[in-house]
Amino acid sequence: MAEREERRFAQVSRESVALMAESAGVELGEEMAAVLAEDVCYRLREAAQSCSQFMKHAKRKKLTVEDFNRALRWSNVEAVCGYGAQDALPFRSGKEGELFFVEDREINLIELALATNIPKGCAETMVRVNVAYLDGKGGVELQGAVPTAVQSLSDDLLKYYQQITRAILGDDPHLMKVALLDLQSNSKMAALLPYFVYVISGVKSVSHDLEQLNRLLHMVRSLVQNPYLYLGSYVRSLVSSVMYCILEPLAASINPLNDHWTLRDYAALLLSNIFWTHGDLVSGLYHQILLSLQKVLSDPVRPLCSHYGAVVGLHALGWKAVEKVLFPHLPAYWANLQAVLDDYSVSNAQVKADGHKVYGAILVAVERLLKMKALSLSHPGEWCFNAQTGSLAAAGGYSSPGLSPPPQSLSEAAFGIASHLQAGSGGCPWEEWAPVSLPAMYLELYSFFGDSLAVRFSTGPGLDSPPYCPSALLREPKKEALGQGSNSDTARKMPQLTANLSISPRRDGSPRTDPPPPSLAAAGPGRSLPRSSSAQRSRYSSSRSAQRLTGLPRDVFPKARFASPQNGPPTFSFVIGGRQMGQRCQGRRPFQTVFAPTPPPAAVPPRAYAHKLPVIGRVGKPVRRWTCSHYSLLLPL
Amino acid sequence: SSDDIMSTKFILKMAAVQGGMVDEKEEVDIKTEPQSDGLMNTNATDGRQLSPSPSSSSSAGSSKSAAGAPEDQQTLLAVLQFLRKNKLTESVEILRREAGLPEDALDTKGADCSAPSSGGTAGGVDGLDAGSLLSRVAVSSSAGTPAPTKVADDQPDVSVVLSAYSQQGDPALYKVYYSDLKKFIESVLDCHRAELSQVFYPLFVHMYLELVYNNHESEAKAFFEKFSGDQECYYEDDLRVLSSLTKKEHMRGNETLLDFRTSKFVLRISRDSYQLLKRHLQERQNNQIWNIIQEHLYIDIFDGMPRSKSQIDAMSGSLAGEAKREANKAKVYYGLLKEPEIEVPLDDEDEEAENEEGKPKKKKPKKDSMGSKSKKQDPNAPLQNRIPLPELKDSDKLDKIMYMKESTKRIRLGRENLPSICFYTFLNAYQGLTAVDFTDDSSLIAGGFADSTVRVWSVTPKKLRKVKSAADLNLIDKESDDVLERIMDEKTASESKILYGHSGPVYGISFSPDRNYLLSCSEDGTVRLWSLLTFTCLVGYKGHNYPVWDTQFSPYGYYFVSGGHDRVARLWATDHYQPLRIFAGHLADVTCTRFHPNSNYVVTGSSDRTIRLWDVLTGNCVRIFTGHKGPIHTLAFSPNGKFLASGATDGRVLLWDIGHGLMVSELKGHTDTVYALRFSRDGELLASGSMDNTVRLWDAAKAFDDLETDDFTAATGHIHLQDNSQELLLGTYMSKSTPVVHLHFTRRNLLLAAGSYAA
Repeated sequence: MAEREERRFAQVSRESVALMAESAGVELGEEMAAVLAEDVCYRLREAAQSCSQFMKHAKRKKLTVEDFNRALRWSNVEAVCGYGAQDALPFRSGKEGELFFVEDREINLIELALATNIPKGCAETMVRVNVAYLDGKGGVELQGAVPTAVQSLSDDLLKYYQQITRAILGDDPHLMKVALLDLQSNSKMAALLPYFVYVISGVKSVSHDLEQLNRLLHMVRSLVQNPYLYLGSYVRSLVSSVMYCILEPLAASINPLNDHWTLRDYAALLLSNIFWTHGDLVSGLYHQILLSLQKVLSDPVRPLCSHYGAVVGLHALGWKAVEKVLFPHLPAYWANLQAVLDDYSVSNAQVKADGHKVYGAILVAVERLLKMKALSLSHPGEWCFNAQTGSLAAAGGYSSPGLSPPPQSLSEAAFGIASHLQAGSGGCPWEEWAPVSLPAMYLELYSFFGDSLAVRFSTGPGLDSPPYCPSALLREPKKEALGQGSNSDTARKMPQLTANLSISPRRDGSPRTDPPPPSLAAAGPGRSLPRSSSAQRSRYSSSRSAQRLTGLPRDVFPKARFASPQNGPPTFSFVIGGRQMGQRCQGRRPFQTVFAPTPPPAAVPPRAYAHKLPVIGRVGKPVRRWTCSHYSLLLPL
Repeated sequence: SSDDIMSTKFILKMAAVQGGMVDEKEEVDIKTEPQSDGLMNTNATDGRQLSPSPSSSSSAGSSKSAAGAPEDQQTLLAVLQFLRKNKLTESVEILRREAGLPEDALDTKGADCSAPSSGGTAGGVDGLDAGSLLSRVAVSSSAGTPAPTKVADDQPDVSVVLSAYSQQGDPALYKVYYSDLKKFIESVLDCHRAELSQVFYPLFVHMYLELVYNNHESEAKAFFEKFSGDQECYYEDDLRVLSSLTKKEHMRGNETLLDFRTSKFVLRISRDSYQLLKRHLQERQNNQIWNIIQEHLYIDIFDGMPRSKSQIDAMSGSLAGEAKREANKAKVYYGLLKEPEIEVPLDDEDEEAENEEGKPKKKKPKKDSMGSKSKKQDPNAPLQNRIPLPELKDSDKLDKIMYMKESTKRIRLGRENLPSICFYTFLNAYQGLTAVDFTDDSSLIAGGFADSTVRVWSVTPKKLRKVKSAADLNLIDKESDDVLERIMDEKTASESKILYGHSGPVYGISFSPDRNYLLSCSEDGTVRLWSLLTFTCLVGYKGHNYPVWDTQFSPYGYYFVSGGHDRVARLWATDHYQPLRIFAGHLADVTCTRFHPNSNYVVTGSSDRTIRLWDVLTGNCVRIFTGHKGPIHTLAFSPNGKFLASGATDGRVLLWDIGHGLMVSELKGHTDTVYALRFSRDGELLASGSMDNTVRLWDAAKAFDDLETDDFTAATGHIHLQDNSQELLLGTYMSKSTPVVHLHFTRRNLLLAAGSYAA
């Protein structure tokens, strides 16, 4: 008790007093120093006690230097100048540990004086009123959530928002590119996130306009890749917008001249991208996605383009998803598809063409399924596929977010077990799902696809040899090789670069040449895309660092998307993927990882805030709070 | 120093009344100490403190320095002696004249009663030495007798007034004494234990201080460590101050301790319990404790049942113990003044009809003035002219009419019918919002800021305009009907105006009822009066010399009250640059001040954790309310003037019955300092706003109805508080990270809350 009492106060030791006296040029005796030290302690306490009243009367909770100075002034002591800054002063300890000091950097006054970026004065003090509670009831159920202090968007932010949305949805492709790039790297627009998400949810209103849909999807991509943004539960809304593009029979697809297929492919890749990079923000997201894809697939009333979307969606989510959902459903689905494909009537031509698209998509999906499965069984030591298995396993077991594969473990046994375990215990809808053995699976698939399947499979398994589509493959050693060389830990850290040449499948409709969905070259510099989901034809290893340096994929990407390759020349795209291996969040900036794990978000349908646009908060605040507000911005759509 | 004399004069009157009251009731058992108020003892402080450099308290004390009425001559003599020692001969003369003492009164009487003291004075030795000499001698004469010293009234005992802590007991035995008493109190019957336990805290503090004062530092520390844990938790703050003090030199400047040392800690103990204690101490020959009880404690003995622990806890917690019962006996005219009769224009016929049903009783007198001259004076109301009030101007009458019209549209609030709440958020108030006020008609809002500015906003679409310059005013037609409109300068119209003038944070602001003036008080020690027509400062009222924490206009205008760090509240009139009254008596800062709705009383809250009600006419303290466990930061009168609500840093809101001087209810719920309180216009609801970012609504009507005021309760003041906070709490309304600084009910009973968004 005694000691606790003592320690409640700041103590100035006699050594400190002696030291200070010395620095002032006074020699103090031991006794004198002791007496002085005690008196100084007392005076300090006294001042601390009397300064608290200034804090209380200023109706603050934080005691400021100013308060302390006031107390000193009123007790006829000189105030201490130079510490009035509002920011907390960093208190550092010296290397030796015994020395503590306030960091006080030198400021170059000349530089400061001549600086051109003179800060603007802070905004005008003003009073705003809002009705917080009506008849004492208004906010009863919302208590704690109703924002009474309305932080309006600053003019600058508002302008930014307008400029960005106008540029992205406008006519100038170059402007759009710049806007997308900025959206992807701007660190100060967190406050606008809900507005952008809302804009994106406008996909449903522009389903007739492929171009606009595309742009909105690009906006999604930029937001997803912005390392400074914490998407929180907005992920759900983004996912639902993207799923809309994948699955819905868009108005634009009525016209066969519209290339909505590419849109679906792109959206599917975007979906897997969101899922791999932000899936941890919303629990159970994987299963929700699988469920809705399955629902679409098993609904014969849906048009073929929806089915196509479901297939490419599954494919994008990885071979496990294909195995779980598409493969068991294939026998039932095949009958319908076969009927379409066998109908050679002229009136059926369009539908038949669509059927071929679906056929091709399924073919690509199952081929990869076979290949990956074979690899996972027969090439235990192969690091590349191993990694894939691991990340997929993580996906399969995603319903428990904390569960991730052992990050460093590379032994096949460990992974194999892990993936099976997790797959088995994964989601409820696939609880009864039992893995079919590879030969059985192959036999069954062969019965559907015949030789077209066999050829590909037989050529597939080798790692270094291109698994299939030899003609379309192009290797690009490039500078990644250099990165590989510099990487000391090649076996574990090698990401891949995929160069992918896809021949535009649009018009020929032939299942043989039908490629998998065009790759999404989505890996931005700060984020690595789990490569398992993208169609991979070949792999080049490179170090993660080298990959960060490449600005290439980003530049290539918009061209790949917007060159509108009608039948035309083959498009190139690069997929750079890093091995994820339970490090899913590493691509994001460290500061984002300090966010507390979001609780499962309230099931707010994306439209819930359509009419009440969220109030703009700050990055540090939980995002949930934004969802209730009475203030809105007009949507420039 | 004429100011000082004025205040002295003023306080003299006050003391006379209180002294008289004390005389009526003298306990035979205890030593009589005729002075009844802390402020008397402040003199003793100054006397004790005859140090070459008077500390801050003595400069503040100049206003507080008080002299006794003829009945307490010893106090007066002490003051005179002090003045003389400080060579303030002029003041001595004036005071003597004022008090009506013969010129040689000081010399002869002083010599009579305590020769050594006057000898010391005559010797002209250093002040401090003289003081301690005085007290030492004085104690040596009384220490020998264990029985209470009964001092005759006619024998002024200067030494008693000046004495403090000079007794020399064996410091090693203090622990023994204290634990002996502790053992005894723990062994008594339960019914007495709670009451007797009250003496622990003051005894503990005084014993500790005595040890410190006599330079027994290690013993003092040991004593503190051993027994500080036993004290009630609500004394924690004081104990913290106490524990930091370990040297005699520290005591000199420490005002909290000066208060403790010089004021008597008041305890209420039943006669039986007191007898028990007295017998024990006499048996044990425990002179040390007995002397402390006599010198520093005032034991208010009552006949009847000993109080329970909860009853005691409800009332204790203030710096100097509970209020004496006599302190709350004076009659308070809490009724409302009769409203002036105003002819309501005929075109309001239809609204008059509505009045018949919908209007609450408070409005009746005004309305009835149309017809029958009914409504006689409220028996509890003061005389209409008890204090002079300004006459109504035409514009005031118009405003009254507006008020009546508005109040017909007022929503009747109640448990089932809660008000809507509008929140006025101050955005970008980086400079720190410290005070807010609304005009009564809710058309203007003003904020005081820590950067010394006062900002006024118009809440309605009507912009704020200045009056034209003198040259332009000459040009306008003064006979025209709309001259009031013509004098305004359209060019200056803006939504808000900033008033510059203070040189420290603005801690309190208040609009005048006619909306032509604004008051602000600041850390710079001044109260400023601003014109809302020219948006300039009209007067700076200087007098407090220390930070002024709060100020408020009288509901009838003209007068205003301010209170500050110098521990006094002052009553001013706008056209006088000096205060009309000084309300002295609080032992610590006056943190908030409010006018009674009838303008005849002023209530002050203080960081000594007491609330005092002062009579504006006489300057007397007529009520002392204790029970808060932290500094009081807000006060509010109910619209009928009968009740008072107070909020403190302890997060509790207490309701008081002014007429009976009783605590009515304790509203627990807030988790941080309550900074704002307001009754709805009908007084049905109480809204409280706090640092914890919530507004809470309380069923005030129910709290007041539940009050049972039987004769016994009224006589003793011992009420049983039920813990019904949850029942009375009607709603908790959160703001988003915005502490509630001010609350206001519009005339139609819409609740307005204000605060600055804390980023």
